[in-house]
Amino acid sequence: MSASDKKTPGKAPGTEVETTGHVWDDDLCEYNNPLPRWWLWGFYATVIFAIVYWLLYPAWPIASTFTKGFATVTFEVEGEPRTTHWNTRAVLAREMQSGEMALRQQEMLRVVADSSIDEVLSDTTKLAFVNSYGRGMFGDNCAACHQTGGAGIIELYPNLADDNWHWGGDLASIEHSIRHGRMGYMPDFGETLDAGQLRAVSAYVLNIAGHEGDADLIARGQSIYLGPEGGCVACHRPDGAGLRALGAPDLRNNIWQNVDVLGAASHEERLTRVSEMVARGVNRQMPAFGDRLSEAEIRVLATYVHQFGGGQ
Amino acid sequence: MNEVYEARIPIYPRAVKGRFRNLKWTVLGLAYSVYFLLPWLRWERPHGPDQAVLFDIPGRSFYLFNLLVHPQDIFWLAGLLIIAALLLFMVTGMAGRVFCGYFCFQTLWTDLFMWIERRMQGDRAARMRLDRDGPAFKRLTLRTITHLLYLVAAFATGFTFIVYWGDAPTLTVSFFTGQAAYAAYFTAGFLTLTTYVFAGILREQVCIYMCPYSRFQSVMFDRDTLIVSYDQKRGEAAAGRRLMGKGPRDHEARLADGIGDCIDCGMCVQVCPVGIDIRDGLQYQCIHCALCIDACDNVMDRLGWDRGLIRYTSENALAGKPARVLKPKTFGYGIPLLLIIGVLIWSIATQAPLDASVSQVRQPLFVTLSDGSVQNSYQIKLNNKAQQAVTLELRISGLPGAVLDTGRIETIELLPQQSTTLLARVRYPAQPGVGQQRPLSFEIVPVAPSGMEPVVITSQFSH
Repeated sequence: MSASDKKTPGKAPGTEVETTGHVWDDDLCEYNNPLPRWWLWGFYATVIFAIVYWLLYPAWPIASTFTKGFATVTFEVEGEPRTTHWNTRAVLAREMQSGEMALRQQEMLRVVADSSIDEVLSDTTKLAFVNSYGRGMFGDNCAACHQTGGAGIIELYPNLADDNWHWGGDLASIEHSIRHGRMGYMPDFGETLDAGQLRAVSAYVLNIAGHEGDADLIARGQSIYLGPEGGCVACHRPDGAGLRALGAPDLRNNIWQNVDVLGAASHEERLTRVSEMVARGVNRQMPAFGDRLSEAEIRVLATYVHQFGGGQ
Repeated sequence: MNEVYEARIPIYPRAVKGRFRNLKWTVLGLAYSVYFLLPWLRWERPHGPDQAVLFDIPGRSFYLFNLLVHPQDIFWLAGLLIIAALLLFMVTGMAGRVFCGYFCFQTLWTDLFMWIERRMQGDRAARMRLDRDGPAFKRLTLRTITHLLYLVAAFATGFTFIVYWGDAPTLTVSFFTGQAAYAAYFTAGFLTLTTYVFAGILREQVCIYMCPYSRFQSVMFDRDTLIVSYDQKRGEAAAGRRLMGKGPRDHEARLADGIGDCIDCGMCVQVCPVGIDIRDGLQYQCIHCALCIDACDNVMDRLGWDRGLIRYTSENALAGKPARVLKPKTFGYGIPLLLIIGVLIWSIATQAPLDASVSQVRQPLFVTLSDGSVQNSYQIKLNNKAQQAVTLELRISGLPGAVLDTGRIETIELLPQQSTTLLARVRYPAQPGVGQQRPLSFEIVPVAPSGMEPVVITSQFSH
């Protein structure tokens, strides 16, 4: 069976519906229910829209390039204006430089930079800005090592949320640390001290922090700590308070950042862990951010870190 | 060649007078009064703009008379939308498409535009004559004036919409001096265009082809739903409808011949704004505006016959069965509706002037300090919703021996509508034991002005 050649519109048998005129199998016909005309105009409108869009924005690929469009974006790169075809990255760059919010942010950054440390710390508005802007900066620059929230990782990166500071926890010291970086160094005693001496000095160090142990061992350790064999006293001071100028930790509290003492199951294990650490020494470096961040940004970051709760 | 696209078949609705037409004019008058005048109503406030209704997007505040809606109250909008939806479903289930017929913007604005058209080009017969064989110049002039008036009405609509979003007098001046924001011009222009196109040109095609509601309203209908309906039994009787000119003119004689009460005058079709014949029965195109009832009633009155050949009735009532109003559907929509209205009113009535939240910092959850005590950090968000400045103090309770540290912040001053975020620390001489938690309450105490209720938020201390 094939479609009949009847092409003139007609009526479907027994109905009032108009058909296209095509009839198959005697009575099978195609209804003609035209769309409203405005629908057609709507279609033309989309065609016109598409053409305008092609002209304005990057659209057609041509071999290794593409049509750039007339809608360009101008933004600054290192002070020089640069104009490119429209793309979201350029729009973002422009927005970050001259957008309303970006300008407000720059204004607040200037206000914080021009304020004294005391003013920032006692002003809720400035602190709120520091906390929100600082979070982003900390995430970009610091969180890779110090973790989000500044908790750090024991044996690797210091905790910034507690009040134990190797290099000082006041705002000026924190700013100094960020600007110039820090070199944390303790020589390895693995070759100068034998295993017994290492054990003894470890017992003494643990005792300073409040861990009881064998009294003889502690006494032997004390003489090594204070005497020329160990010479620990040079950096850690006679009472274990630590020299901040050298970043030597305070040994008198029970916060351990270079060795996981609190995670040990027994005193014996604590001794082992501290001994290994003394034998190994410490050699750590925090990079300087002074050439990467502006003074205002360093101020915000330092205040943000101070806000973690350990600031002094 | 068959047409794939069909030009609009012009509809020339005839003017009609009657109860429903009056009701529609009343609704239209009320709706337009509210819409066009409300933004100009002034309202004294201790703090904030003196406009009764203002949707301040940059300021993140919606002012509705004495009610101030903040972004965090957005769930009120959800409540309002649920109420609107349930109300629509319930009313549609009971009384049919009253929304379409009387309250829909499309109906209201089309009514206005048709009124303009009628004033300029005359009623149905005059318009048909003008379109068919009126002089080209007259036709063009009248049409141009009509469309210009359409544009004026459309612009008034679009412009009025934007003055809800800024101080009306200021915005008006800046709008007409070219100082207003781009968004204002775009919105006014867009609404002018859509109003002109939808109410002036597309009209019933919006209801028939675009509106989703016309397509799904039928699922809300049942046999008890009130619909505009032609009484087939009375109108057609045994021998069908018949024009008055043919056969007997007297009511009794017509009845004796088995002829129905419908005199086939076509008035109901002529007045219909969507161009349907109600005598064909319930149709999705019908917006239930009831103008055909008015038309038919007028004819019946003139003949001295009973009104109601076309009337609001239900399928059950037409079939002679009792029509129920209190059906399960009514309760099914009505009870949740009352419940949500109640919750919304309660929520608005008990809105606290001070909005605060405390969230414990979880990275790290706690830190051990050099003196062996444990420290937790908290992020405290404070939002002053009151119309006056407040001075707040932060305190803790419920954990004896715990010390609150807010750094050098002693009191927090918040201007009206101002919000801030504060970091606070709590220290407690506990032994670190991972996973242990103690309850702890933060008290946000307004020290000035006096008389404001403190806000207490329970939190926890982890160690």
